[in-house]
Amino acid sequence: MGHRNQLQKLAKVLPAYSILLFFSIIMLFPFVWMLSSSLKDVTQIYQLKLFPEHPTLENYRYILFSANTKFPQWFLNSVIVAICTTASVLFFDSLVGYTLAKFRFPGKKIVFFLIISTLMIPTEMLVIPWYAMARALKWVNTYWGIMFPGMISAFGVFLMRQFMSTIPDDLIDAARVDGLGELRIFITVVMPLVAPALATLAIFNFIGNWNAFLWPLIAASKPRMFTLPVGLANFSGEAGSDWHYIMTGAAVAMAPLIFVFLVFQKQIVKGIAMTGLKG
Amino acid sequence: MTLATKKALTAYLFLALPLVFFLCVRLGPMVYMLVMSFTDWGLLRKTVKFISFENYKILFSDPVFLQALGNTFRYAVFGAPIVIILSLLIALLLDSIPKGKGLFRLIYVLPYITPVVAVSWVWRWMYQPPPLGIINGILGILGLPAGEFLNSPKQALPSILAVNVWVEMGYCTTIFLAGLQTIPKEMSEAAKIDGANDRQVLRRITLPLLMPITFFLMVMEGIQFLRIFTQVYNMSMQAMGGPLNSTKSAALYIYQKAFTNFEMARAASASVVLFLIIMIVTILQVRFFDKRVNY
Repeated sequence: MGHRNQLQKLAKVLPAYSILLFFSIIMLFPFVWMLSSSLKDVTQIYQLKLFPEHPTLENYRYILFSANTKFPQWFLNSVIVAICTTASVLFFDSLVGYTLAKFRFPGKKIVFFLIISTLMIPTEMLVIPWYAMARALKWVNTYWGIMFPGMISAFGVFLMRQFMSTIPDDLIDAARVDGLGELRIFITVVMPLVAPALATLAIFNFIGNWNAFLWPLIAASKPRMFTLPVGLANFSGEAGSDWHYIMTGAAVAMAPLIFVFLVFQKQIVKGIAMTGLKG
Repeated sequence: MTLATKKALTAYLFLALPLVFFLCVRLGPMVYMLVMSFTDWGLLRKTVKFISFENYKILFSDPVFLQALGNTFRYAVFGAPIVIILSLLIALLLDSIPKGKGLFRLIYVLPYITPVVAVSWVWRWMYQPPPLGIINGILGILGLPAGEFLNSPKQALPSILAVNVWVEMGYCTTIFLAGLQTIPKEMSEAAKIDGANDRQVLRRITLPLLMPITFFLMVMEGIQFLRIFTQVYNMSMQAMGGPLNSTKSAALYIYQKAFTNFEMARAASASVVLFLIIMIVTILQVRFFDKRVNY
C-alpha cells in the first residue's frame, strides 16, 4: 500500500523534476563551458570537449600576471568604484529615507515626489549630459567621474524610507532626551536598527555597480581607468580568435560575484522577491 | 526657536546635499537633454543654435534609426512575454515539488546576477559557426543543420534576445515564486473538496491571483528589453549592432550618434524619443492591465 502510494506520488512529480532539470542545464551550461574553455590552451580550445584532456592554468597566469593585460588594474578599479559608491549609497539613502520617514517639515511631499520621479528616467537619457558635465569639469578618466552618477540611488531612498517608518518614535525621542545630537542619533541609534535592510541594499548596490557597463564605458577612455566589464569588452574585442583568453577574462570578471552570490544567496533571493534588483 | 522649527531645519540640513544631487545629476540633465534636442549642439561646435524640430525630422528620415526602433520593438514584444511565460511555468513547477526548491531557484538566479558583458561573450563563443561553437557542435550530434546565429541578419536578433531571456528568467521566477507562496493553500484545498481538478484550480484561482505580479513584471521586463544595450554592444561585430544593423537597438543608436559621431543633439533627440516610448508603453500596460488585475 505505502509503496504504491509513494510510486504514485513519484510519478506525479517526475515530469516537473525533469523539466526543471532540463532548464537548470540550460542555465548552468554556459558557466561550465566558460570554465572548461578557460582551462584549455590554444591547441585544445577548438575541441568540443567538456573536460579538457590537458587542463592548464596558463590562461589565468596570462590574464592575471602577464604585462600584456591590465586585468589586475581593472579589477582594482571595479573594487574601488563598487565599494565607494556602495558606502555613499548606504549613508545618504538611509539619511534621506530617515528624514522623509521621521521628520515633519514644509515641502516634504514635494521633496518625496521629486526624488521618486527620478526613478522614471532611464540611464540612457542621462549619459550624454553627464558626459558633457564630466568634460566641462575635467572628470573624464577619474574615479569620481565614473562614480558620481551613482552616489545616491532614488530606489534605495524609497526602500530605506519604508524600513525607517517601522522604527518606534519613542526610541529616537529617548535619545534626544539624553542630549544626543541629531546626526549622532542617526548614526548610533537609527542605522544599527535597520542593519538588515542596509545589508540588502549594500549587496544589490555592489552587484549593480560591479556589473554596470554603459556609463563606465563612456566615462573612461584610458585603459588604466576601465572597470572590469569595460576592460573585458575592450580586451575581447581586440583578442580576435583567442577565445581561451576571452573565456578566462570572463571567468575572472565573474568570480567575485559568484563568491558574493554564494555567501549572501539567502539575502539576494529575499531581496529580489521583495523589490527587484535593478534600479 | 520652537522644537518644530528646529526639526524642520535639521531635516533640510540632512536633505541639502542629496537634493543638490537629485537636481544636478538627475532632473537637471534630463531638462538639459530636452532643450538640447532642439539645437544643433555638437562636441566639435563652439556655439549652439536653436533649430526647432529639425533634429527630429532628420531622425525620422534616417533609415538606420527607424530600423533600430523596429529592432527595439521586436526585442520588447517578443522578449518580455517569452520571459514571463517561461518563468511562470518554472515557478509553478517549483511550487509543486516537495524537495530541491531552493537549489533550483539558486541555479535560475545565477545568470541574473553575473555581469552581462561576461555572459554576452560566453554566449558569443557558444554561438560560433562550426567547428568552433558548442551549440553547433550539439546540433551536429543531433543531426540538425548548423545555425548561423550571430552571423545572419535573420537569426542574430533572436539569438541576442534569447540571451536576455536567459538572464532575466531568474528574476521573474523568483518574484513569481514569492507571489505563489503568498496564496493561501486553504483556497485551492477548498476548491478541490468542492470537486475542482488541478487545471481548474490553476485557471480559476492561482492565475487570477498572480495577475498583479504578472502585470508588474510585464512593465519591468518591457522596459528592460526596450533599453537593451550591453548585450547588443558585446555580441555584434565591432559593437556595431550588425550584421547590417539587424540587431541595433535604440540605445546603441544613441550611443553611436553621441560617442562615435559626436552628433550630440541628434543623439539627444533620439533619447527623448526612447524615453517617450518607454513612458507610453508603461502607461498603456498600466491602463490595459488595470481592468483585469483587480478582483
